[in-house]
Amino acid sequence: MITLNELDELLFTIKKQFDYDFRDYSKASMLRRIHRFMDINNMKSGVDLKFELINNPTIFQNFINEIVVNVSEFFRDPSFFKSLQEKVFPYLDSYPKINIWSAGCSFGEETYSLNILLKENKLFPKTRIYATDISSNAIERSKKGIYDNTNFKDYTKNYYECGGKESLNNYFVSDERHSMIHSELKQNILFSNHNLVADSVFKECQLILCRNVLIYFNSNLQNKALELFYQSLPVHGFLAIGKKESLRFSSVYENFKEIDREEKIYQKIK
Amino acid sequence: MKPEVIIIGGSAGAFDSILSILNNLDKKIDTPIVIVLHRLKNTTSSFEAILQRNTHYSVKEIEDKEEIKKGFIYTAPADYHVLLEENLSFSLDVSELVNFSRPSIDVTFESFSIILKEKCCGILLSGSNHDGAIGLKIIAENNGKTIIQDCNEAVYRMMPLAAKNICNKHQELNTKDIIKTLNNECS
Repeated sequence: MITLNELDELLFTIKKQFDYDFRDYSKASMLRRIHRFMDINNMKSGVDLKFELINNPTIFQNFINEIVVNVSEFFRDPSFFKSLQEKVFPYLDSYPKINIWSAGCSFGEETYSLNILLKENKLFPKTRIYATDISSNAIERSKKGIYDNTNFKDYTKNYYECGGKESLNNYFVSDERHSMIHSELKQNILFSNHNLVADSVFKECQLILCRNVLIYFNSNLQNKALELFYQSLPVHGFLAIGKKESLRFSSVYENFKEIDREEKIYQKIK
Repeated sequence: MKPEVIIIGGSAGAFDSILSILNNLDKKIDTPIVIVLHRLKNTTSSFEAILQRNTHYSVKEIEDKEEIKKGFIYTAPADYHVLLEENLSFSLDVSELVNFSRPSIDVTFESFSIILKEKCCGILLSGSNHDGAIGLKIIAENNGKTIIQDCNEAVYRMMPLAAKNICNKHQELNTKDIIKTLNNECS
C-alpha cells in the first residue's frame, strides 16, 4: 500500500504523463480508491502501481474507471426528489425549453430518476438533459441503462417515498436478472465526457444536479467547480448538491439563496 | 500520549454505553469525539438531540470538509463513510458498503489512523457484525490507543470479540473502566 507522500508523487506523474489532474481531489478518498485498485489488481507497492500505469495503457483506463466513485442508486434521498418536484419543477415549467445538467452522472441512476419524475410531471417533452462524467466507462454504462435487479425493491420503496405516481416497473424492460430503462427515457438525454477540473461551461442550464460529487474534491477544487456551475446558470437557475455538502466555504455562496436548506437546493439570485 | 481524536464505533447495543461514557466524562475534557454508529438511512432520528442532552460537548452531524474542533462530538451521517484529511478536516464518501455498512467503522478507523498515528484513540463497543475489527488493528499497529468493550458486558459481543480475535493489543474494558481511562488520558 502507498503513503501520503507516494500519493502526491503518483498524482503528479499522472498529471504529467496523462494530463488527468487529481491533485486537488480529496487525498483521504483517493488513498482509499487507490488501495482498492491495488488490491483488485494484486499490486503490492507504489512502485508496482506506477510501473503498470506508465507501461500498460489499458491499465490506466481501468485505473480511471476504478478510482472515480460510481456508486449510486435510483432516487437516492427520496426527500430530495420530493422537494425538487414541489419547489423547483413548477418554476422550471415557466420556461418554454428546459436544459438540465446532471454533473457526475455515474451509471445514470440519478439522471434517469430525474427523467422519470420529469415525465410524471409533464415536463419531459420540453426538457433536454446533459449528463456528464469524467469516466468514459460510466458514460457507456449510462447510455446502456441496464441495471441489476437485486436492488429494485429498495428503488421501488424510494420511488414511492418521493411521490412516484406509477409503478417503477413501467419504466423498465426486465428479464430475471436485469432491467433496462425504457428507450423513450433515453431520447432526451445527451451523455458525454466532461471533466469538472479541466473543462469549461458548455451550455446554459436552468437546473444543475451535482450530488455527492464535490465530496471527492478538496475545498479548492470544490470552489472551482461551484464557480463553473454558477457561470452555467442563468439568474433564477437552480443548483442541487449532496445532502452533506455545502456552499458555505465557496466564493459564490452570496450569489445563491437557499430553496431547501435540508435538501441543499439553491437558486442563483445574482 | 494524549489522543488528538477519540473515535467510538458501535452497532446494535452500543447506544446506552455511549450515553454512559458521554455523561461521565470530566467536564474539563474537550478532545474531539467522532461517533460512528450503524444506523438506518432515510429516517429522521433524534440521535444527535439525545446525545446533546447527555454531554457538555456540542454535538454535530458531520458536513463535508468541516474542520475538527475541540469541544465537539461529531456523528457520522447515515449512508456516508467518514474520512480524515491531512489538514484535519472531514471528507465524506459514498463508495461501496464495507461490511454491509455505510458508515463503516473500519473505514473511519483506518483513515484516521493514517493521519493521526499514535495520537488516534479507537473504541469499539457492542455490535452484531465484524465491522471495526480490521480498522482497530490498524490503529494498534500505528501505536494508537485501542479499547474494546468487555465481551461479557457488551449486549452483542460479536463486534468486540472479532477485534480481539485478530489483535491482542487492545485493552478490554467495561464501560466504567473505559470512562476512567478516558478521564485519565485526556485531561
